[in-house]
Amino acid sequence: MGPFLVRRLLVVVPLLIGITFVSFIVISLAPGGPLDFLEGESPDLSPEVKKQLTELYGLDKPLVVQYWSWLTRLARLDFGRSFLPDGKPVLTKIGERLPVTLLLNIVEMLIILAVAVPIGVLSAVRQGSSFDKVTTMFVFIGFATPDFWLALLLMSFFGAQLGWLPISGLRSMNWEYLSFWGQQLDFISHLALPIVVATFGGLAGFSRYMRQSMLEVVRQDYVQTARAKGLSEQVVIGKHALRNALLPVVTILGLSLPGLIGGSVIIESIFAIPGMGQLMVQSIYARDYPVVMGNLVVVAVLTLFANLFADIAYGFVDPRIRLGGRRGRR
Amino acid sequence: MLRRAGRALLLLAAGALAACSAEVEMKAEAPDATPYARAYGDTFVEASIGDIGTLIPTLASDAPSHEIGGWVYDGLVRLDKNLNNVPAMAESWTFSQDCLTLDFKLRRDVKWHDGRPFTAEDVVFTWKAIVHPKTPAPFKEKFLQIKSVEALDSYTVRVTYPEPYARSVESWQEYILPKHRLEPYVAEGKLRESPQNKQPIGTGAYRFQEWRSGEKVVLLANPDYYLGKPYLSRIVYRVIPSQATIFLELKARGVDYSQGLTAIQYTRQTEYPAFRKAYRKFRYPGSGYTFLAFNLKDPRFADRRVRQAFAHAINKRELIEGVAMGLAREVDGPVRPGSWAYTDRVKHFDFDPKKAKDLLAEAGWSDRDGDGLVEDKDGKPFTFTIRTNQGNDERKKIAEIIQQRLADVGVKAEIQIIDWASFIKEFVKPRKFEALVLGLGSGTDPDQYVVWHSSQVGPDQMNRTGYANPEVDALLERGRASCHQQERIQYYHRIQEILAEDVPMLFLYVRDALPVVSSRVRGLDPGPAGITYNFHEWFVPTPLQVYTSG
Repeated sequence: MGPFLVRRLLVVVPLLIGITFVSFIVISLAPGGPLDFLEGESPDLSPEVKKQLTELYGLDKPLVVQYWSWLTRLARLDFGRSFLPDGKPVLTKIGERLPVTLLLNIVEMLIILAVAVPIGVLSAVRQGSSFDKVTTMFVFIGFATPDFWLALLLMSFFGAQLGWLPISGLRSMNWEYLSFWGQQLDFISHLALPIVVATFGGLAGFSRYMRQSMLEVVRQDYVQTARAKGLSEQVVIGKHALRNALLPVVTILGLSLPGLIGGSVIIESIFAIPGMGQLMVQSIYARDYPVVMGNLVVVAVLTLFANLFADIAYGFVDPRIRLGGRRGRR
Repeated sequence: MLRRAGRALLLLAAGALAACSAEVEMKAEAPDATPYARAYGDTFVEASIGDIGTLIPTLASDAPSHEIGGWVYDGLVRLDKNLNNVPAMAESWTFSQDCLTLDFKLRRDVKWHDGRPFTAEDVVFTWKAIVHPKTPAPFKEKFLQIKSVEALDSYTVRVTYPEPYARSVESWQEYILPKHRLEPYVAEGKLRESPQNKQPIGTGAYRFQEWRSGEKVVLLANPDYYLGKPYLSRIVYRVIPSQATIFLELKARGVDYSQGLTAIQYTRQTEYPAFRKAYRKFRYPGSGYTFLAFNLKDPRFADRRVRQAFAHAINKRELIEGVAMGLAREVDGPVRPGSWAYTDRVKHFDFDPKKAKDLLAEAGWSDRDGDGLVEDKDGKPFTFTIRTNQGNDERKKIAEIIQQRLADVGVKAEIQIIDWASFIKEFVKPRKFEALVLGLGSGTDPDQYVVWHSSQVGPDQMNRTGYANPEVDALLERGRASCHQQERIQYYHRIQEILAEDVPMLFLYVRDALPVVSSRVRGLDPGPAGITYNFHEWFVPTPLQVYTSG
């Protein structure tokens, strides 16, 4: 196990450098720079000012030099400051946006799991039944419905027509003056619609995986054996089949971990939620290189570590991997 | 206040003390007639589609930063209802005879939000801070024209110019910065990183309370404001990046003010009794014009008759109906309608395809081979490309309508839509274009030296068409060098006449601003400057107040 871990960790560093280098080059290749957007089509911005700013941000240096100075600062965990006039440190900007995105995505993920697993299991067990058909249809409708359209419909109905739920934002205008529980309730009611919309679209994938994996498992010999032993159907499905059927789903879940910190731009924009998705898109539009790169580093590190943990977990499960992978991995 | 919002895109403006010279049609729905007493209180919620860039608007060019800035900070002068500069933190000002020195007398009753008195030192500091080489202020140009700013005493400031500068008074709309908070940061070039960018201290009508990035800014009424405590006690400036969501919030009465309805929202979707009862809609000319610019280095467009033929070939009315549902007005020049220098007594090219064809023929373009396209004497057809930026549906439609109308007179136009960054970098700046559809801001001052003077043709300079007319050059220089409005007005009227006749670009229209304000808010007095110039006088009568907990 030790050498395996060391080997994996050693690969992470050059991989990270490679990822950031390629990203840095690609971002810089995009036409325009941070200052072109500052300027817009304003006749009042003088060329000298632009030159000064170019030097201030170090944009006049060759790309490789820029990358090197960025990398050396990163090695000291200095992500730099945003090019935008707020001049905030990159980590502060990410820190402002991350909590709400994480909260939304985690809640969404939990709800998806809680709903998708039973749907998948039931429709596999009763393959071809009307329940299977109805859920399949429902789930595909959800998959095919554009987020923004569903969001606007719900906002219009529950927000504007009925007035039951707030339309957008995270807090009411009088939030500061509410009681503690009033504040929590207010916050939850603001999150209700975005979560419903996000969940509805995400259900399809998971429930399909679950169904597929369950279908494979119930055909296995040990399920036959369990039935032959005279175990009740509940135990056969709930204990023997489900556990094994969940394995691939857990893998997919692991891989979607890094996605938890990247928000959905569409949902965030429509519901006016200041999350990571909006931050990333705005930074890209504004060519705010430090923030874009900072974001990428966070995502890259998370992805690499999620993979690493997955490999370690496999290593525990499967001795072949732990022992050097001579016979290939999985 | 909001009066300076959107300054980013404007050519800003002076014009000291004259009355508004042109009539501007103002449309506003009548408020309900019940007379209410002025009252303090309530929260005013504004929805903004853009996020706030910074709390030191000096450093930014985005409209939301300047809007927040207008509440928190104040300038020496401000714009009044008729787009004239009037005293704000300055009591009065006087020019020397030669227009080279400008003395401001400051009010003695102005205090910073932290209680310190505002003095002439702050004014001197603001100038120094903005022109400091390490300050990334996008609009420092106007202060670079200044030779010196001195404090003659605590409440008198003398500004000296090396040569007369027409926009001098207007430039002092600039927000004054607190010297006691910022001096060290400016010296180090770290203004952006100062605490002022998190917790700004100004002299404006509202004190800063909170900024949640991407979500909202909260401001509270400043009880010590020198014009008296503003009536609306709290402002919540909400960032809602989707136009559709803003509209739903309006329908649910979740917001009190939005700067812009879309044309379809204005004409159709808001036309039902409940909405009309809950909101007042306004309509007045905005501050930017849209145009089709020609590259005058292209020999075909260098011929004025060709440009005039285009002017005859295109129906501006049809364009306005087609792209803006009629909510815009035709223009024949670049000066903002309603501002003191505007004149409509200029040459107007009626929609007349016949005349367009005649003019083209005069310039040597006629259909020689009968294919419906005009050719020059060598048989080369008149084809060119109209370019515009991606993401602006309006400009795309304009290009399409123009394409159709030009086809009618035998000119073949291709359309190319390019993303903004490449558009500017590859085509506009190197002037590698034949024609462009674009927009430009037009401020209250008519000085557009940078757009029309023949010296302004470098890659980063704004004379994109390459227009060069010695008479206009001379008039621009003289107009810029005078501080006497009566004298300047003649120059600018003449410039507008020449531009209208010369058609260096085809001026199309000025979009109407279509703001909407909750009908519970009173004290609005619409004028050519819009509605928000007197924000500190807005109030909600006590019986109509909604947010009482604040």
